[in-house]
Amino acid sequence: MRRLLTGNAAAAWGARLARADYVPAFPITPQTEIIELLAQWFGAGEMRGRLVMLESEHSMVTAAAAAAATGVRVFTATSSQGLLYAMEMLYTVTGWRVPFVLVNVSRGLASPITLESDHNDVLAARDSGFLQMHCATCQEIVDSVLLAYRLAEEPAVRLPAIVNLDGFHLSFTREPVELPPAEAAAEFLPPFEARGIGFRASRPSSQAVAVLGGSPYSYFRYETHLAAQHALEVYDGVAAEFAQRFGRRHDAVECYRSDDAEIVFFMIGAFATKAMDAVDRLRDAGVRAGLVRPRLLRPYPVAALRRALAGRRAVAVIDQNLSVGKGGVLHGELASALYGQAEAPLLASYVGGLGGRDIAPEEFFQIARELGEAIAARQAPPPRLLYTAGELRQMRNLQAIAAAERSVPGVAA
Amino acid sequence: MSAAIRRMKDLPSTHLLGAGTSMCAGCGALLALHEIYDLLGVRSVFVNAASCMTLLAAYPFTPFRGSWLYTSMASAPAGAQGVRDALDILLEQGRIAPEEDLTAVALTGDGAATGIGLSATSGAIDRGLDFIYLCYDNEGYGNTGQQSSAATPYGAHTATSIGAHGHCGTKKDLFAVWIAHRPAYAATVIGADPLDLAKKIEQARALQGPRLIHALAPCPPGWDFDPAIGVEIGRLAVKTGVWPLKQYLDGKVTHTHVPHPRLPVEEYLKLQGRFRHLFEPVRDAATLGRIQSDVDAYWAQVAA
Repeated sequence: MRRLLTGNAAAAWGARLARADYVPAFPITPQTEIIELLAQWFGAGEMRGRLVMLESEHSMVTAAAAAAATGVRVFTATSSQGLLYAMEMLYTVTGWRVPFVLVNVSRGLASPITLESDHNDVLAARDSGFLQMHCATCQEIVDSVLLAYRLAEEPAVRLPAIVNLDGFHLSFTREPVELPPAEAAAEFLPPFEARGIGFRASRPSSQAVAVLGGSPYSYFRYETHLAAQHALEVYDGVAAEFAQRFGRRHDAVECYRSDDAEIVFFMIGAFATKAMDAVDRLRDAGVRAGLVRPRLLRPYPVAALRRALAGRRAVAVIDQNLSVGKGGVLHGELASALYGQAEAPLLASYVGGLGGRDIAPEEFFQIARELGEAIAARQAPPPRLLYTAGELRQMRNLQAIAAAERSVPGVAA
Repeated sequence: MSAAIRRMKDLPSTHLLGAGTSMCAGCGALLALHEIYDLLGVRSVFVNAASCMTLLAAYPFTPFRGSWLYTSMASAPAGAQGVRDALDILLEQGRIAPEEDLTAVALTGDGAATGIGLSATSGAIDRGLDFIYLCYDNEGYGNTGQQSSAATPYGAHTATSIGAHGHCGTKKDLFAVWIAHRPAYAATVIGADPLDLAKKIEQARALQGPRLIHALAPCPPGWDFDPAIGVEIGRLAVKTGVWPLKQYLDGKVTHTHVPHPRLPVEEYLKLQGRFRHLFEPVRDAATLGRIQSDVDAYWAQVAA
């Protein structure tokens, strides 16, 4: 069934096709459409179970994980400040070792407060223990929700998963989406087997108890880490099965025209489709460009990334996030994966696309030129923060207006 | 429990909470919890907020024969919400047998109940969550060494209120906060009056919806008294009128015990190191007078 769906609707369809039993919810732009759709479906009896409005994202994630720990299939969604408000619980519940799926609709973080997209929110959850999938299209969103449940519910994984989509660029953009038929989705994702997860009168259990000392603490933390790493192998099998059933491949690392590329753009999320377009145009102009896009960020697909980038001459990591005082997060991660590898490419860092700022085709072309120069000079360029002269002129105008407003006669400074 | 509880003799003789926990000697919260757990029974899941009692279940030991889930300091009611909703879904869809059902109990200290967790509590009551909220109130952040919380009484010394007159705030009225939400039930209890406590637990068990059990929990290290006199302190809290025993049911508040004659608050205060500065080196008549007049005003309003 092919339909025009926004990214938010695709996420809601993912939850519906997964037959989520329970949706604890809290509104936040640009995610709200997801929970409104789900509320309609529960209300109309098209989904079984219930949606419950919580009073905060902190409570929402607590309720999500507590319900998962009681043995039902749980879905929830948030954005930005909401994800950060829940941050204590993101870290806490991964240690409960229960599966559920959280869709995060990426949006820049305050301050300054804004509504539009970048990836600082979801990357703040990077070390929480949640598995992370990053989508570039609306089709990928519905597919990824199903994949995320399969991965999260695998008994040897048993971790919650975040499926990430870019606010506005995906959340409010309609694209044609092939919805898996309900029966086929149910075959791919069978009913949730709690396998011993759950509080029952006949089977009392204590969950999330305190430990005393570093040794048991380390044991449980290592165990969680190893389970997340094991998810890489599980993911490959699950993605292969998905491709076989539905004819769509969603590899842990997507490579676009990168096999013979000299220069490679490295990005996550919706803006990677801009990079694909730039790759095509550069190829038309005779530049051997490609794109490598990790869909899976946790666990981090180190081996696949090494394979994808071995022999490339230079890679531009374009981060839509900023680790203040350090730079782009993905750049640092990729550097650690490639360090010391034979045939490792030169690695350049670009930060752009913060808070909904576009990355224009000309910027991709400029980056490609700089990578060419780096190859010739055999040296990576210094990190760059993308900002055009035109943008700076506009910013100066805003600042001039702000200054003029401050000095209006009769208004105290 | 099938038969109604009328006398001490009717209290359960089987004790369900294990011994040998890491709570302090003379812990008034543990006393109340023992009494409550005997009545609530093992078909329960205690959803805990960060507090002294988080250390009851320390891997691989727990004194609970029923279930337990630790959450965070602020979100135990939301944890109870998730457990309750999931059980309801499983029951509605016939995925578990009715006898597998459990009572969800949020277990928190006063810091969570009156402060950081108040929003989650208010939300759970708004949603009509079917749960029991058990707050043990040692009138400060006891687990971290008794800093002032919103439940600390006027005049008490804490680790963060060490001036000449003690804590300058007044104790937040958690019972009033709850009944403003029109819950199914709310009651104050104390371990030192096990019969009154048991009747209220039985009442709470007979109802559905949000139910508060607010237990004053005399705390030997936090309040600075000899663990041997914890029960005596609890009784004095009631006899002086400092801790009114009451319940809210069907929209009405009733006092289950009206102290008569009511002892002077000093009888209660003078046994606790946290109030010693009100008696020595010189008597702080103004502060003592205000504590007494606050208690008098409360009971005058009850009588009116």
